Amino acid sequence: MTDHTRADVCAAAIADAFADDGEIFASPMGLLPTIGARLAKLTSNPDLVVSDGESLWLASAPAIGRTGVVEGWIPFRKVFDIVNYGKRHVMMGATQVDRDGNQNISALGDFAQPTRQLLGSRGAPGNTVNNRTSYWVPRHSPRVFVEAVDVVCGVGPKRARTAGVAASKYNDIYRIVSNLAVFDVRGEGDTVRLLSLHPGVTLEEVVAATGFAFDVLRSASGEVATTREPTSEELHLIRDVLDPKGLRLREVPEPEKAAS
Amino acid sequence: MASKPRDKTVSIDEVVSRLSNGMTIGIGGWGPRRKPMALVRAICNSDLQDLTVVSWGGADVGLLARAGKIRKLVYAFVSLDSIPLEPNFQRARQHKLIPEVVELDEGMFHTGLRAAAERLPFLPARAGLGSDVLVNNSWIRTVASPYPDEDGAHEELVAVPALKLDVALVHLNRADAHGNAAYLGPDPYFDDLFARAADRTFLSVEQIVDTAELTGDTPVQRLLLSRIEVTGVVQTPNGAHFTSCVPDYERDEKFQKAYATAAAGTDEDWAAFHERFLAGTEDDYQAAVKAFHEEQA
Repeated sequence: MTDHTRADVCAAAIADAFADDGEIFASPMGLLPTIGARLAKLTSNPDLVVSDGESLWLASAPAIGRTGVVEGWIPFRKVFDIVNYGKRHVMMGATQVDRDGNQNISALGDFAQPTRQLLGSRGAPGNTVNNRTSYWVPRHSPRVFVEAVDVVCGVGPKRARTAGVAASKYNDIYRIVSNLAVFDVRGEGDTVRLLSLHPGVTLEEVVAATGFAFDVLRSASGEVATTREPTSEELHLIRDVLDPKGLRLREVPEPEKAAS
Repeated sequence: MASKPRDKTVSIDEVVSRLSNGMTIGIGGWGPRRKPMALVRAICNSDLQDLTVVSWGGADVGLLARAGKIRKLVYAFVSLDSIPLEPNFQRARQHKLIPEVVELDEGMFHTGLRAAAERLPFLPARAGLGSDVLVNNSWIRTVASPYPDEDGAHEELVAVPALKLDVALVHLNRADAHGNAAYLGPDPYFDDLFARAADRTFLSVEQIVDTAELTGDTPVQRLLLSRIEVTGVVQTPNGAHFTSCVPDYERDEKFQKAYATAAAGTDEDWAAFHERFLAGTEDDYQAAVKAFHEEQA
């Protein structure tokens, strides 16, 4: 019996994405990435620099929505300095991600007259050619994981290489974490590759929820890894310190239990 | 003998009267934060047309698009933050009501403003390479470095074109009558860059105070604009409403929600919202907002 939720597994997987970053600016967009980055700061990577998502660098890793002691100032203009400086790992959302690790948050359909206008490219083009970039997908589906995105905002490794050395030298699409699994882009030809399935998720389930064929990292015996379960310390930090209101359960609801 | 610099105080109507059709107008602030909304509302109510709008977009873009004022839009995003997608902007894009759009990366947008502010034709940037920003704006060129990198390669970078503005409109917390101005919130955004990228800058503020008062109780690092960057100053209390203007006021989430609901609704929904809040003067608007909140209480 386990007492953790899928959202807790996702938080720990996101924390793992920031574990080896050292002393850089972790820039998570949205709720679960924020919980995950702060969890990394409280466990695997105390040197991580985290912000309030607006203009302050926080000395500690407080609960969502809290500030605590401030250790620096990061107004938007300085964010661009840090992007160009490179000591940053951003975890963005993605309305679409494709097989080559390109991401779209701009618009769906034809750019000239979209069927659905989204945010715009935001900082995705600059992030992906300047600093480490990961994506978070709370609802893994074939509508998100598509063969080719409608508008390339976040630049995957193949596009970066084609664009030349200036685009590729700092391109580093590191992890794609969804509510089902963890991926990187080290598949054949720098394509999306499955690294681990969250506990209780089957490979068939992920294949069915993904709109393109992907490589799978397997052990010598042919096994697919299972995303690790959060430790009891992590569960305490997630539940009691970072997200006592349980907001994460709204972003990642518990999967329906299979009929027994 | 007068030893003081000249008084640049103007009214909202005077600012609008000094704009003309076809102008390129940069709008300061960021998304739904410290936008010069009183000036935007006045432009929506004017006869101005065919504007090129350069903005870190929020409801300023939404309102101008809905009023049919925008011929060309230069942006990196349009968002209301707590409501991620701006319904009037979405509607305009999905019905192709803005003839020309230039969607940039945020860093490119910043670089373009810096180039204009430094009177350079372009500045190099990595941002944009490999993305559809360069596909959808095929007029944007790259530039090769004359210097090789450590591997001997000559990096080919984006030559981000200067975002030159005819006029910048920005809103700050305090100013004196000469155009020296301070932001009191957590972030200056890019209002000083907008000012220097423009031929003329009109500044609206919550309150115009004496120079001594402006600098007396505020750290000098908060003085974002100097009078050499400012053409005219207009006092518009609550003039950034319904965006935030911290510490004077937070974003009016209730009103923003009403705005977004009307914008996403039927033509009749929008007409009713427009009639109640936007059809009159700035004083009418502020009175209608006050009444809206009394109703909600």
